[in-house]
Amino acid sequence: MIRRPRKPLVSARDVIRDAAKPMEPATRRAFLKQAAGLGTLTLLTGCDVVDSASAENALMTMSRFNDRVQAFLFNPHKLAPEYPRAMIVKPFPFNAFYSADKAPAVDAAGYRLELAGKITDRTPWALDRLYAEPQVTQITRHICVEGWSAIGTWTGIRFSDFLTKIGADLNAPYIAFRCADGYSTSIDMPTALHPQTQLTLMIDGEVLPRIYGFPMKLRMPTKLGFKNPKHITAIEVTDTYPGGYWEDMGYNWFSGL
Amino acid sequence: MSRRQTIHPLIVRVTHWINAFAILIMVMSGWRIYNASPLFPFRIPESLTLGGWLAGALQWHFAAMWLFAGNLLVYLAYGIFSGRFRAKLFPISARAIFADLGAFFRGRLSHDDIAVYNTIQRLLYAGVILALLVLILSGLSIWKPIQFQELANLMGGYEGARLVHFFAMAFTVGFVAVHIVMALLVPRSLLAMLRGR
Repeated sequence: MIRRPRKPLVSARDVIRDAAKPMEPATRRAFLKQAAGLGTLTLLTGCDVVDSASAENALMTMSRFNDRVQAFLFNPHKLAPEYPRAMIVKPFPFNAFYSADKAPAVDAAGYRLELAGKITDRTPWALDRLYAEPQVTQITRHICVEGWSAIGTWTGIRFSDFLTKIGADLNAPYIAFRCADGYSTSIDMPTALHPQTQLTLMIDGEVLPRIYGFPMKLRMPTKLGFKNPKHITAIEVTDTYPGGYWEDMGYNWFSGL
Repeated sequence: MSRRQTIHPLIVRVTHWINAFAILIMVMSGWRIYNASPLFPFRIPESLTLGGWLAGALQWHFAAMWLFAGNLLVYLAYGIFSGRFRAKLFPISARAIFADLGAFFRGRLSHDDIAVYNTIQRLLYAGVILALLVLILSGLSIWKPIQFQELANLMGGYEGARLVHFFAMAFTVGFVAVHIVMALLVPRSLLAMLRGR
């Protein structure tokens, strides 16, 4: 940086006095220029690093590590706060990878929920049978990965009750969901068995409208919004990591709250 | 002889530059995350952000957070147990603050001995350490508003924590701007953070 002829015998005291001295204007200018140059270099290499495949791999490795940390932090008995009715947001925000008018229109009469994988009774479920199951209601905060949040009220079957009823293998690590809009996602078993995880059939006391996921969505106040699939057509209990629509593009898989 | 003259021990210099790098990553990726759902009626220019899109920015943010928090923990442990904080940052008295503010406005605030901080420096350094702690606590409240709901409640819930996180970021960025200008105006202080004296 600042090159001076090397003197072999220089006392520590001289060096200190030298360092403590203010720089001459010319030296100072050169120093500032070099500092600016270094900054530019860092920015350039920074850009290079951002684009490289190795950085992407490293970030994905960290995301997998964060999945494990979150699974460890998840307390199956910790409940999401419930809110008074006055705090419910109306109309509830619509959010998907398509606009609201593109939301799929599922035929109620022909609808069958398919079950697959490690489940004892894989008989498909018609809507009447789902509506006949005991229902619970929650008023919880939906938190989107984008940052915004909204409080809503959802009614449906407690998912752990449903899993028990169909004889799902509760030791399997993953549950995957396929949806009528081409969406897919998957969750961990501890979250599936959380008391507030719900197979939702109604929002705000009425049958789930088309844009909110008719005929059925999975509501988990303990996970980010995109982990809550709408228009569910198939549920699979599996040992193999299923991934999902957004997860495969780089969003964190566990995404717990 | 030269040991006695060391202003910044090696551990302080190493943690300082790791911290600078981690904050750069956290702020730039954080600004991209902010843009996905802005709290205020403005966006951060995309060219100043990191990650390309929301998922990329989140990956950077949640990877660099370990570096940022781990490094800060080492620095705090050293600062507390070595007595460095007590020696360098305290006491901060109201009277000294007013005296140094007066000196500042008369253009007479002293930087002669870079080993000794004036009260404005003490206040800002203590303030930014506090802001970094608040960033971690509010960040944890946004990341885990249910698992850490007791902490999130202290921040005013999930939405409150977003605001706290934003303002702690704004303070930190403001500090960094002043800090860089001062380091360039008093290059000896920058050299000291590189070679220790």
